[in-house]
Amino acid sequence: MPELGSFALLLGLALSVYSFLAGLVALTRNEPRWKVLEESARRAGIASFATVFLAAAILVVAAFSNDFSIAYIFHHSNRELPAPYKFATLWSGQEGSLLFWSLLLSGYGLVLRLRHRTDERLFAHASVVIAAVQTFFLLLLNFAARPFAIRPGPVAADGSGLNPLLQYPEMVIHPPMLYLGYIGFTVPFAFALGALAMRYPGDKWIHITRRWTMVTWGFLTCGIFLGAHWAYYVLGWGGYWGWDPVENASLMPWLTGTAFLHSVMMQEKRGMLKTWNVWLIFSTFMLSIFGTFLTRSGVVNSVHAFAQSSIGDWFVAFLGVIALSCVYFYLKNRDHLRSDHRLESLVSRESSFLFNNLVFLVACFTVLWGTLFPVLSDWIEGHKVTVGAPFFNKVNIPVALFLLLLTAIGPLLAWRKTSLESLKRNFTWPTLGALGTGLFLLVTPASWGSPFGLRPWNSISYLYSLMTIVLSVLVGLTVLSEFVRGGRVIAGKTGASLPAAMVQLARRNTRRYGGYIVHLGVMLIMIGFAGSAFNQDQEKEMSYGDKLAIGPYTLVCQSYTQEENPNYSADIAIMQVWQGGRQIDTLYPESRMYTAAGEQQHVPTVRSTLKEDLYLVFEGQNPDTGHPIIKAHLNPLVSWIWIGVLTMVVGTILALVPNTRTLRAVVPARLGTAVSTRPAPVGAND
Amino acid sequence: MTSFFLIPAKRLPALLALVLAATVLFGAGDDPVRVERLGHQLMCVCSCNQILLECNHVGCPYSTSMRSELVAEVGKNNDKGVLEWFVAKYGPTVLAAPPTTGFNRLAWIMPYLALVMGIGAIIWIVNVWRARSPVTASRPVSSQESSELDQFREQARKEAGL
Repeated sequence: MPELGSFALLLGLALSVYSFLAGLVALTRNEPRWKVLEESARRAGIASFATVFLAAAILVVAAFSNDFSIAYIFHHSNRELPAPYKFATLWSGQEGSLLFWSLLLSGYGLVLRLRHRTDERLFAHASVVIAAVQTFFLLLLNFAARPFAIRPGPVAADGSGLNPLLQYPEMVIHPPMLYLGYIGFTVPFAFALGALAMRYPGDKWIHITRRWTMVTWGFLTCGIFLGAHWAYYVLGWGGYWGWDPVENASLMPWLTGTAFLHSVMMQEKRGMLKTWNVWLIFSTFMLSIFGTFLTRSGVVNSVHAFAQSSIGDWFVAFLGVIALSCVYFYLKNRDHLRSDHRLESLVSRESSFLFNNLVFLVACFTVLWGTLFPVLSDWIEGHKVTVGAPFFNKVNIPVALFLLLLTAIGPLLAWRKTSLESLKRNFTWPTLGALGTGLFLLVTPASWGSPFGLRPWNSISYLYSLMTIVLSVLVGLTVLSEFVRGGRVIAGKTGASLPAAMVQLARRNTRRYGGYIVHLGVMLIMIGFAGSAFNQDQEKEMSYGDKLAIGPYTLVCQSYTQEENPNYSADIAIMQVWQGGRQIDTLYPESRMYTAAGEQQHVPTVRSTLKEDLYLVFEGQNPDTGHPIIKAHLNPLVSWIWIGVLTMVVGTILALVPNTRTLRAVVPARLGTAVSTRPAPVGAND
Repeated sequence: MTSFFLIPAKRLPALLALVLAATVLFGAGDDPVRVERLGHQLMCVCSCNQILLECNHVGCPYSTSMRSELVAEVGKNNDKGVLEWFVAKYGPTVLAAPPTTGFNRLAWIMPYLALVMGIGAIIWIVNVWRARSPVTASRPVSSQESSELDQFREQARKEAGL
């Protein structure tokens, strides 16, 4: 079996190399007689998917059949590992995850090559770029990180087992989502580079690219937040984001990808920012590869990183080749990227997109800067420094607040120029509503049941929290006002109820209203983040009947129990939760000892409500007294984050669904040059 | 000119500075509060990459003793002295964020510099583009036309059912 897997990877490499070279030759000749070569390159690309799929399937079968002759299976699986985690073995280690990466990339390539009739020339160019990227990963798999390498010596009776931190249902979903996001950015990159190389006439490529980017962005969003959810429910420190280098690596392409999804509208609507958009896509792809390099090279310290290895050099070389290719084609064809229009006013949709892009890029730069600063400090000062959560929070919170403000005002600004009357009409009520909310939070005394006692003069984090909530409400109200205004018009014409009219409205322009729903999701997430300013925690040794008070809750230790299965043994605390003189719940925090790995792991338990999470961790036992130690966290508004993510997913899906009807409105001709005379779908481009 | 709540605009910066100073100074002398604050400015040195007060690494050989040291030092030293004591014992990586001295100051300056330069660049680009714009040069849109445009946009929305 391992030999077959290795052969499949070698064949996959040969096919990818052929797909790249033959495609390249055919495209440079650009004559009908070379068409056969172009078609053979496309088919070789499709065949490479079959070979990589076969290799991945062999590795999964090896995990299920406990083939510990393969070093990778020995290190990442064991006999008693539950079946879903055996499947997850494929992406649990360096070599397997690179194989998984290659599989997903060839899967994206398969879809692209099967859909080549959309635009054969453009897709042929994109196919060549994808084949080049695929060749790099298959070179790694064949020569630097071999998943089918045989372990020397006699075959072991059992494996070392999967890392206990990864034995959690979400770990079966989180990496594939994250990888679909990371790898998916190869496709927009391939289209952008291909379109630039061939001097693609028109903007069709940007429509195709935007759709692919949105799908990819959706996956990456899910992947990042599934990771945050996993960290919260598994790592047991009570938080969901620690600004770890590996977390940062996933955030950077997300930030530039989000910037692109906004600025691409300027290219579609006004033919502007063509160079900027191309470079945003290039940067997003390079940041995806750079993130992979960070995770796998050992250049930065991270609890999430794979073992340190030599493949970092491969990634540096690959990044160099990508950067040179991008610069070469840009310099060669930059005249093709001239803008059709100029920006006319600072108070316009265009400039709001510029500021939006600026904020996303500054946030990305800050994350990159903070992640790499320890390395820089080591080079220049001769010693490393730590750049942790306090730095990122302090620097990024003002940037995020500025972004939230733009999220509120940007969508309501008109293209080209916004008048004062329009500003007043669109913003008066949302602004008053947001300020009223802020005032309410300020003046409500804690004795009235004010959830947080929001007193910004007590702490800078309270001030940020108040600003976040006020700006989030502003975002929510501006989005709501857009839905209500449009819904009322439709309701007036059709006689439908307002909610039904709003649904109809969203279906008529899915991209615009899907985008608004994504903004609502962002608003909910930001409110969730704001809650972290009011986190509390308590730690106590607790024997039977002992009590621990935190916030409105009193925890009473009922008893302790033990559980044992072939995979792990667990100590479990049984904790009663009391509130207002009555018992409202029982929670069971655990401390597990995994047999194969010989590692201990806390498994927290969470009682989640809209207002707050009660989060309990079985920290261990005091070696002197033998008493168990329980740590309780009270984390306000965390549920809002997960609800916000679901809202973002719904918005993204809606934005991908085609409109039910295209509406067109022509602006009267008498305005002459003051407005565009080209008919445009109303609202479809904004 | 006055702003919200009838505060003269020229006094706003002074008021803001007062609020920020109060924010920083409140509770500065309270030991448990200082332990909580300083414990979030220090890292556990066991390679778990976690903030000292958040380290839940099972069997961590450092965090328990480091927390005891923190409580002891807070009783003896001011905030700066506590942090210096930890740096002297565990090295500069014990600080969760770079100090604002020497080369490390660059870590804090660059993000804000990037933001300010970016904003400046956008304003400059907009001004250059506006100056070059043939439409604007030949016939600027008057405020009356601008308001007319808004009306037409609104009318177009209504007629199109949006």
